[in-house]
Amino acid sequence: MPTHASATSRRTFLKRSATLGAGLLAGGAETWLGARKAFGAPPSQSRLVISRDSNLRSTPASLDSARLLNCLDRAMQALYDCDSPLEAWGKVVRPGEVVGLKVNCLAGRGNCTRPELVNAICERLQQAGIKEIVIWDRLNADLESAHFKIVERGSGIRCFGNDTLGFEDELAVYGSVGSLLARTLTQACDAVINLPVLKDHGIAGVTIALKSMFGAIHNPNKYHVDVCNPYVADVFMLPPIRKKVRLHICDATTAQYEGGPSFMPHWTWPYNGLLVGRDPVALDYTGWQIIEKKRAEAGMKSLTELKREPAYIATAADPQHALGSNDPKAIKVVEI
Amino acid sequence: MATKYDLRLVEAHADVSAQPSAELPSALQRTARVPEPGGLGFDRRAFLKAASLPCFAACAGAVIGRHDAVPVFAAALANDDSQYIKEARFYEKQDYRKIKCKLCPRGCAIDDRERGYCGARENRGGTYYTLVHSRVVTAHVDPIEKKPFFHFLPGSEAFSIATAGCNVNCKMCQNWDISQVRPEQVRSSYAPPQKVAELAVQYKCPSIAYTYSEPVIFYEYVADTADAGHALGIKSVVVTGGYIQQEPLEKLCRQVDAIKVDLKAYSEKFYKEVVNGELKPVLDALVAIRKRGVWNEIVYLVIPTLNDGDPEFTALAKWIKSDLGPDVPLHFSRFHPEYLLKNLPPTPIETLERAKAIADAEGLHYVYIGNVPGHPAENTYCPRCRKIVVERTGYTVGTVHIHNGQCQYCHQSIPGVWRA
Repeated sequence: MPTHASATSRRTFLKRSATLGAGLLAGGAETWLGARKAFGAPPSQSRLVISRDSNLRSTPASLDSARLLNCLDRAMQALYDCDSPLEAWGKVVRPGEVVGLKVNCLAGRGNCTRPELVNAICERLQQAGIKEIVIWDRLNADLESAHFKIVERGSGIRCFGNDTLGFEDELAVYGSVGSLLARTLTQACDAVINLPVLKDHGIAGVTIALKSMFGAIHNPNKYHVDVCNPYVADVFMLPPIRKKVRLHICDATTAQYEGGPSFMPHWTWPYNGLLVGRDPVALDYTGWQIIEKKRAEAGMKSLTELKREPAYIATAADPQHALGSNDPKAIKVVEI
Repeated sequence: MATKYDLRLVEAHADVSAQPSAELPSALQRTARVPEPGGLGFDRRAFLKAASLPCFAACAGAVIGRHDAVPVFAAALANDDSQYIKEARFYEKQDYRKIKCKLCPRGCAIDDRERGYCGARENRGGTYYTLVHSRVVTAHVDPIEKKPFFHFLPGSEAFSIATAGCNVNCKMCQNWDISQVRPEQVRSSYAPPQKVAELAVQYKCPSIAYTYSEPVIFYEYVADTADAGHALGIKSVVVTGGYIQQEPLEKLCRQVDAIKVDLKAYSEKFYKEVVNGELKPVLDALVAIRKRGVWNEIVYLVIPTLNDGDPEFTALAKWIKSDLGPDVPLHFSRFHPEYLLKNLPPTPIETLERAKAIADAEGLHYVYIGNVPGHPAENTYCPRCRKIVVERTGYTVGTVHIHNGQCQYCHQSIPGVWRA
């Protein structure tokens, strides 16, 4: 793990960014010029940064850690309108906090939150004064299948599944859900950064930021009906989740447009990017559109036609939930 | 392995438990502490004490009260679930390592490394497995009346077991601590079928009851244990929500001796909103059970404002009479606030009496009121001479005036299983 910050100055950042960033999305996407204009304004809740690097892979199977870190830095600076990545991270976490990194490893090494990305985030968090980091997901077995090493004890960076600490004794209830929350979330972490992946889901339509929090409850199997609506939104409303999750960094280095949540290599493609935002609804909506676009390119039916449109995204945006925006006009997509 | 429970509960329980009988190993309670679905409610703390006790005792060999520790079941092997995992029955393999479960009407389509709605079955590389075979989370010796079975070996005891998981998610579930969790989230013990059968014999239980959670989701274990029990002369009774597909039900009917179905309501709306299931498959299951000739009783938990309307009682009674016949015992049980319905009050006794009166008037012969200890409607009355043929107070059975399946007073046939 790198030991020092390779902080990027704003000038360097601008130079690098200007060479990248082909537009990906039609409608709602903000151009680089637009992103530049946005600097100086307080970060919008519905700003979403898509940071990509076509040379992110050193080989088809491995990521270039330095370029990935750069990709992350550019995204953080753009999201928080900062001259350095550390300044941006200082707006996310405070020294002394225990920060949880919620990864998604269900599909194993093939399409999980990449350890290389987690390493990059850990590096920046430590530079931002964070001494205690907990990398977590549903199960130790899931983490190991994604090549994370289980470290349950000690200080510094730990890594374990919910089976290590178990679940709270009392139900957390909101709307249609009643669940026991993972103690990893409620007791081990002060703040959480959500690190989902970008992929199709055979029941929910897509699984990105919102649905990844199913990994924080004891009974996700009960909510895989009715395209997971309204369950995904209701789970996210549970106070410890809503209050502690501060940022979403979607690992879209590899994305999957069909056959999820299991890893189906023939339906993945190298998106070579990160989707970073504070609004999980905006992130999910945008990610869904990316997947739909890829499906259309592949000649596949849309999720709506297949009756698995991820309706929970709209539910999460409704006035009762108000978890973010699914209005493309209100989502500022910054592509860099 | 992290668990929700704490060994201290065992000690706490020792202070408040009903007294186990002298000959009973401490790991097993001859008490009535774990509510049946739709049974008498306890608060959650009391439930935890009761439900977790046997397994803890078994796992830890804990000493309770004055009795010596005698582990009934072997402790679960730490971090090794292999002893519980067997290939499931009733599923279909599909492309790309997906499977479709064909056990319950939900018909879950499950990706690799995912579980079904029940949480007790998992797709591993395109093969579907039960994770709960021989994986007992609680075991008790209960009066058969607690299930409740009122026409099946009255006054006998049932060796009662459960595993974790359920294929519905009833908002009124009184055993959600075991039914709405995944197997690895609760302490469990290894209890293979032969061992269960031998223990039933040891404790002089003429039947094994699969109960507390939902036997449909531990189908393979039920089937294997029923076979083991029958080999030793022990019957098997199932306490279920009846949410099961026809093929597995048909096969189950060949292997068990009685099935009690919790008919949660007579309304699809209720099933969708409160049960997270469907009514029609349950009605179909009741008809199939009846046709198969397996002894069957029905419990209807009456919940204030949700399923307690007179038209619903009337429709229910009419359907039972027309599709099942008037001799199927129907138990209207009292609701106690639990789980996600803590906002509702207990059922007024007058409501239960009204429900019974409606069912009686429709012509059903055996309508009971449950969870109201001491109520006269706990007794069995001969439908012809109206005399009491089975006296009950709570789970205690008094005199039985049935001889060779007939009322001792007027020789009216009283349907049921009266002899082991």
